[in-house]
Amino acid sequence: MHEAAARNGITARFGLDFPSFALDVDLVLPARGVTAIFGPSGSGKTTVLRCVAGLERATTGFLAYDGQVWQDEARRVFVPTHRRPIGVVFQEASLFQHLSVMGNLKYGMTRAGLSPEQAGLDAIVALLGIEHLLARGTKTLSGGERQRIAIARALLRRPRLLLMDEPLAALDLKRKSEILPYLERLHDELDIPILYVSHAPEEVARLADHLVLMDGGKVIAQGPLSETMGRLDLASRFADDVSVVLPVTIGAHDDDDLTRLDFASGAIVVGRRPEPVGRKLRCRIRARDVSLSLGNHADMSIVNILPATVTALGETPVPGHILVETALSGGERLVARITKRSSTQLGIRPGVPVYAQVKAVALFGE
Amino acid sequence: MLTGDDVQAILLTLRLAATTVALLLLIGTPIAWWLARTKSRLKGPVGALVALPLVLPPTVIGFYMLVAMGPWGPIGKLSSALGLGTLPFTFTGIVIASVVYSMPFVVQPIQNAFEAMGNRPLEVAATLGANPVSAFFTVALPLARPGFVTATILGFAHTVGEFGVVLMVGGNIPGKTRLISVQIYDHVEAMEYANAHWLAGGMLVFSFLVLLALYSRRKDRVDA
Repeated sequence: MHEAAARNGITARFGLDFPSFALDVDLVLPARGVTAIFGPSGSGKTTVLRCVAGLERATTGFLAYDGQVWQDEARRVFVPTHRRPIGVVFQEASLFQHLSVMGNLKYGMTRAGLSPEQAGLDAIVALLGIEHLLARGTKTLSGGERQRIAIARALLRRPRLLLMDEPLAALDLKRKSEILPYLERLHDELDIPILYVSHAPEEVARLADHLVLMDGGKVIAQGPLSETMGRLDLASRFADDVSVVLPVTIGAHDDDDLTRLDFASGAIVVGRRPEPVGRKLRCRIRARDVSLSLGNHADMSIVNILPATVTALGETPVPGHILVETALSGGERLVARITKRSSTQLGIRPGVPVYAQVKAVALFGE
Repeated sequence: MLTGDDVQAILLTLRLAATTVALLLLIGTPIAWWLARTKSRLKGPVGALVALPLVLPPTVIGFYMLVAMGPWGPIGKLSSALGLGTLPFTFTGIVIASVVYSMPFVVQPIQNAFEAMGNRPLEVAATLGANPVSAFFTVALPLARPGFVTATILGFAHTVGEFGVVLMVGGNIPGKTRLISVQIYDHVEAMEYANAHWLAGGMLVFSFLVLLALYSRRKDRVDA
């Protein structure tokens, strides 16, 4: 079964037994897009990434990528890290201090036998906005610049799989927001799959297409991002960050400086966006930003009111509150967080038709 | 001023120190690499063995080296079998003794540098397609360079300053085993204090300059 699945995407089974920590995972990951491995620290997410990179050798394990077996402990097969066509970006940029920026960039490229043209040096340098840093030494760079060079260095060997281990965790908020747009561009412009380890729901919502949720060395859930991040049974993992992510298209820019975002179930209006009409974006709606009413009140300041049907109720660690899962007319899910008191007063239960009021959304590049 | 014998002793000492350091960099680097990276239970015993010359009286090392190099000792049997004869009271003999005696001064700085570097640069090199040998030469060695500079300076200076071990193993043969320290001893025994002063004062200045260079350089590194 695993061998069959391995022909497309990543098939991974790892078992590790340390005295203080055991890892036991079984993953089938898509061959395209960004897969986020999400979980609290100590959940084993970095270990999974290190096993995929071959930096850690699981005692029992099987790993295949696009039909190529990289590890099969049953047959004592283990392809060492330097023979795997991967790019790895660590939490700290880990640039080689004894080399210049250019020396760092070329390290993997030349070992892969690529010329600057074959590696697409100019394009990758432009993609990460590091043209002005090429002649510099590594010591005078900022944290964000270092990490962008580390990403370019990993990409320049033309990897067929990119592994990123919390690449933003060591950066402050300002540097994070400096790098995130570049990561979004990677997501848009690279045609190789990316495994992205993170414990920040914000990054996951922004970048991931597919989500693997880990805890205690085990996989708790895996699936497409929106379904998994809004799953009521997983709500405690995301606490305040329970949300759904909808793909939307810019429908129109209205005269009153508002932009209409279209999706299957209707439209959401937000403050004017710089993107042109027709551009696809991802729209993250947090449960705490959605409230419910039984009637469609016109005498209200909230403009985004969507008809929906309650499908399920769920617990949240936030005291006095409850999560309500609804289905919109076009089939998308929307999760609302309301107080238990209003839930009782309104008689919220599966099957009840409601109006969902969306107070705020976050928009990211698709 | 310096006598012809003094000059001969100085040149011999410099030759011994250069040879010893060159050999130690070759032998000591793999030992330092192993000590820095192994998880073996042998790490403790091997590390202690390498450090022994730091605490043992030079006469103890000299005595055992003499026994080992004698006709019935393991080194002596080996050198006889190779047609080199026995090694005590030869230049080769004091080179071997010096290598043992100065070992910790070369191995430990290199080991510290490898340890301080950590695993990460080598992991990065592997993810960029460098095999372990290539990663060692293109990443580990350049990053450990300050350790190698320290090791070379300390190893050289320590070999120049040895006395007990070479006296036991090498004796006092002009041009073959008579080093500066032995020459000073001879001058003092012969009441030639002026000659002793020239050599002893020279050693004092040399040692101070070496350590000055070492400690000034370390300060630079912290700033950088």
